[in-house]
Amino acid sequence: MAKTQLSFNLNGQDVDVLVEPRELLIHVLREQLMQTGAHIGCETSHCGACTVDINGQSVKSCTFLAVQAQGAEVMTVEGLASGGELHPLQAAFMEEHGLQCGFCTPGMLMRGYRFLQENPNPSEDDIRQGMAGNLCRCTGYQNIIKSIQKAAADINAADNA
Amino acid sequence: MSAAEDTLERQDQLQGIGCSRKRKEDPRFIQGKGNYVDDVKLPGMLCGAIVRSPFAHAKIVSINKEKALALPGVHAVITADDLKPLGLHWMPTLAGDTQAVLADEKVAFQQQEVAMVVADDRYIAADGAELVEVEYEVLPALVDPHKAMDDDAPIIRDDLVGKDEAGQGKRTHNNHIFTWDVGDKDATDRAFDNAEVTVREEILNPRVHPSPLETCGCVASFDKINGALTVYITSQAPHIVRTVITLLSGIAESKVRVISPDIGGGFGNKVGVYPGYVVAIVSSIVLGRPVKWIESRIDNISTTAFARDYHGIGELAADKNGVIKALRFSALADHGAFNAHAQPTKWPAGLFSICTGSYDIPVAYARVDGVYTNKAPGGVAYRCSFRVTEAVYLIERMIDVLAQKLDIDKAEIRRRNFIKAEQFPYQSALGWEYDSGNYLPALEKVLEACDYEGLRKEQAEKRAKGELMGIGLCTFTEIVGAGPSKACDVLGVGMFDSCEIRVHPTGSAIARMGTITQGQGHQTTYAQIIASELGLSSDDIQIEEGDTDTAPYGLGTYGSRSTPVGGAATAMAARTIRAKAQKIAAHLLEVSPDDVEWDVDRFQVKGNPDAVKTMKEVAWAAYNNVPEGMEMGLETVNYYDPPNFTYPFGIYLCVVDIDRHTGETSIRRFYALDDCGNRINPMIIEGQIHGGLNEAFAVAMGQLISFDEDGNLQGNSLMDYFIPTFVETPHWETDYTVTPSPHHPLGAKGVAESPHVGGIPCFSNAVIDAFAHKGVTHVNMPHTAFNVWKTIHQLGLDN
Repeated sequence: MAKTQLSFNLNGQDVDVLVEPRELLIHVLREQLMQTGAHIGCETSHCGACTVDINGQSVKSCTFLAVQAQGAEVMTVEGLASGGELHPLQAAFMEEHGLQCGFCTPGMLMRGYRFLQENPNPSEDDIRQGMAGNLCRCTGYQNIIKSIQKAAADINAADNA
Repeated sequence: MSAAEDTLERQDQLQGIGCSRKRKEDPRFIQGKGNYVDDVKLPGMLCGAIVRSPFAHAKIVSINKEKALALPGVHAVITADDLKPLGLHWMPTLAGDTQAVLADEKVAFQQQEVAMVVADDRYIAADGAELVEVEYEVLPALVDPHKAMDDDAPIIRDDLVGKDEAGQGKRTHNNHIFTWDVGDKDATDRAFDNAEVTVREEILNPRVHPSPLETCGCVASFDKINGALTVYITSQAPHIVRTVITLLSGIAESKVRVISPDIGGGFGNKVGVYPGYVVAIVSSIVLGRPVKWIESRIDNISTTAFARDYHGIGELAADKNGVIKALRFSALADHGAFNAHAQPTKWPAGLFSICTGSYDIPVAYARVDGVYTNKAPGGVAYRCSFRVTEAVYLIERMIDVLAQKLDIDKAEIRRRNFIKAEQFPYQSALGWEYDSGNYLPALEKVLEACDYEGLRKEQAEKRAKGELMGIGLCTFTEIVGAGPSKACDVLGVGMFDSCEIRVHPTGSAIARMGTITQGQGHQTTYAQIIASELGLSSDDIQIEEGDTDTAPYGLGTYGSRSTPVGGAATAMAARTIRAKAQKIAAHLLEVSPDDVEWDVDRFQVKGNPDAVKTMKEVAWAAYNNVPEGMEMGLETVNYYDPPNFTYPFGIYLCVVDIDRHTGETSIRRFYALDDCGNRINPMIIEGQIHGGLNEAFAVAMGQLISFDEDGNLQGNSLMDYFIPTFVETPHWETDYTVTPSPHHPLGAKGVAESPHVGGIPCFSNAVIDAFAHKGVTHVNMPHTAFNVWKTIHQLGLDN
């Protein structure tokens, strides 16, 4: 199948790849660009393990054509830490035992990253609603909620410092 | 600093047993650096896609590969006929049956594997699979297990016609797999005949699927030059997989390397060997290139290992005070088209005989009949020890049924029947020796914490107003840690587990186990055990599992066996090292080994606190200055064959409010007290309990793999199959008591499956309790809003 030139910004770096028009972004990220943090859990947009951030929105990259990312700013879990420092969400997930097998974690972190910008002071119920598109089989969600609450507090404290 | 403070500080620095240290595996997962099987990419790697049957039961008339083979990028299309010359078109199952690797002349369940297309990438492989033309002649499907042994039932397994056994003893019908029973039937029947009260209920554990977030898959890579095979695989039991590969392929076990990388949840789904693995391996051997096969979610839910499908009948005999005199349980087990039940070889119904639960029942009898139907094969233990969920569900439902019959409070009837603390070790009527337990104080703790009496008062007030509120109790005992090799083996290999520890000269260590973590945090927990046993910081102890070339042989992780068996092996290995270290320390201190004693992280000459050698100093000496005649080095391996299972228990309480117009159930409170013996990492334990409760919630309230009368699976994506989200998942409250196991070196018992096993009946008991005043004694799971509404509507409560 004829391939298309695709250029976008991934975690702050410009990338150019050749893709088939039918290729899904998750496959391009994982198999061409070797960013294997985002995972494939369901292929139907239900589980959210493939969640990445595109132009300031959470996107489930398993049902998103790679060519739709032409010229976009794409961020994956690999871009979350900066300058050798973990993002407060990453630190909070570790601190509050917000992960077990780790398979949903990159998607949870990327959705949490966008969610906390949409709602910097979420209640527990806000988190349950705002994160509802990401499934976890291991944690029972409770410690993920605590992780996001801790991250929100840490981010707000840093902003006010 | 006082001596006591000094000791405490040194203990804290180890971050050993009992502390909630952060997990050592987390840094890679939170940075996207986990290494799961689909992350493995080898040079020249091809991808496989499976062609699956659209019918539940059909003859294969023909398979035409031509169009698929003509597609550029397709390298092979493999069918049963291609596997036949190798003798690999059928494979053995863990349950003594055989299973078609690729359909051999007929298909016996919908989505059964018919062919695999191997191509340059996953897109071309999927295109190729679409181009394989299979002509079928549809046969009548058998879906209802209750009709499996009818005279006119369709025969599922033509290959077994005329054979009077299918690997598990005598069978009496073409669709019969086995009859297994245990206990004193005559004495039980007599006790029922003479009982003041009896109760009987038909109770279903419906077919469900574990659905870990990562599906199953593998990458097989055959090195033609050296005749060596490497398989990366999502396996909860990599060493047994290696043995199976050798038995199937004839490749020497020393040339087979199985690697379970990071695993995205298992929950029993990743114990068995599946057709996709076998065909990927054959493809790699034939094509000489690595071949990857990864399931889609639909493949996963449709084909690789359902759980439950146990159609039970529970009966209790009691006196008028509710004291149980006898138990008689039976179940019809639907194993699908092939008996791929995950089990220790000699246990066709798993550990179902734990069904006497936490109660002192003098006489009991249990029987299970297994049958074939036109459904996917399996019968795996979904986050539980083998068939323990089914057993616990029956007893915990039946004791509620008995309480209602006698109008005795559901907590009180448990008090009257509990095995008493002084009865341990307790010999159950069905043959188990419970190691330890102390149920009554744990029950009272939960009742007080939840104000049980207050809840019952509130319930009475609500009932008077026509509102529906339910209170569920579950007071369960599990049996985990399989198991003693005299009772348990898999394909002839005893169910021991293992640990190898090497202490390096500068006082850090690496340890490898035969188990494999899938989220349980082994890399942290095992390091904590070694830290406390050897006096080295858990930060400095590296844990590796899952690579059969480096780890000692073990039976893997399922049935909550890692801490009971692998953890015991770890402690015993560490103690062997410490015993050697003690001799080296004594040599360095120029005293007899009997004259030194262990103190947290060092050996000290008795009565002389200044004469010490730390474990780090001893480790250095182990490589340059050991007593005469002693081998250098500081390493050992332990294969631990447990003397018994362990028997964790729990007391759960759930409060529900049900909307009498919509049938929606709101979980107001869920309180879980678990006793898993001594606790190694309380943070990890709590996390395991949260997760297990959530999976219990899923099963009780929504999960169901259902079929229409033609055997069509009704819903096999996450669109239809219920995985609880953040929104509906309840808040969990946890609590604990500690009753150590007397036979485990650390007094630990295992915990991760208890919340699933105990949680399911607790939810059901709560929902059904909401209707108890209307005479309802049982309603089958799942308690979806529609199902609950049907109960409401039948009772006329929605008027």
